[in-house]
Amino acid sequence: MSAPTAPPGESGLEVALDAVGTVSIVVGVLLALVASVGLLSLPDVLSRMHAATKPQVLGLLLVVIGGALHLRTSVDVWMLVLVGAFQLVTAPVTAHVVGRLAHRGDGVRRDLLHVDELTDRPDTTDPGPDEPEPDEPEPEEPEPATRGRGRDGTGHADGDGTGRRRGRDGAP
Amino acid sequence: MTGLPALLDGVLVVCLVLLGLSAVLVVVRLLRGPSGLDRLVALDVLVAEFLVGLVVYAALTGNSALVPVVVAISLVGFLGSTTVARFVRRGTDR
Repeated sequence: MSAPTAPPGESGLEVALDAVGTVSIVVGVLLALVASVGLLSLPDVLSRMHAATKPQVLGLLLVVIGGALHLRTSVDVWMLVLVGAFQLVTAPVTAHVVGRLAHRGDGVRRDLLHVDELTDRPDTTDPGPDEPEPDEPEPEEPEPATRGRGRDGTGHADGDGTGRRRGRDGAP
Repeated sequence: MTGLPALLDGVLVVCLVLLGLSAVLVVVRLLRGPSGLDRLVALDVLVAEFLVGLVVYAALTGNSALVPVVVAISLVGFLGSTTVARFVRRGTDR
């Protein structure tokens, strides 16, 4: 409304608050843009949820902070605080429900997972596969890591740990 | 100092344009999503971006009449997505 010609009494501090609020809004909007690109390009319901969290929580909080810095009335600021609090409370509930349904159904590409902690604990109400596939749970090779720790480690406790691990590896 | 508020308003208009672009991308996912949960996640993101757009518009015009609308839409969006998640589960399991 009074943007192009600021009145002389409210020039300095209010323009500074507007500038900070605009920067916050710009960051939030860029998060929303990145999230929508990720929503198009990610392969999975769970990874699309990972992308979808950005404008829901962080982007909305940044934009709400920026809007509260622009509208400097008390009622507006408290209503925007209420919006941020509601979003912080309700976004995990929705994400929990959607993630659990995606895990029960076919929303998870299990060939992209390294660890699936929900199928390692068998759930009787879970119609998904209860046993991990034989080539899935060991994608990392433990032997170079233990050798690196043995070279780098100086204490005796590290030496004991590597000895046990080597013993386990050599036993079968 | 007289040029800075006009610059900030221009930046906010650019933000609204970027929000429209990202909403178009989200609508593409909403139309193309293979399962119902994809559409549900896309609809959640669309509601969040609508809220962001309302707050940016209120900050651009200085008109605070839209702020209660933002509160209401955030609550209704939560109820809607949770309810739709229930129906999606029944549809895929049975």
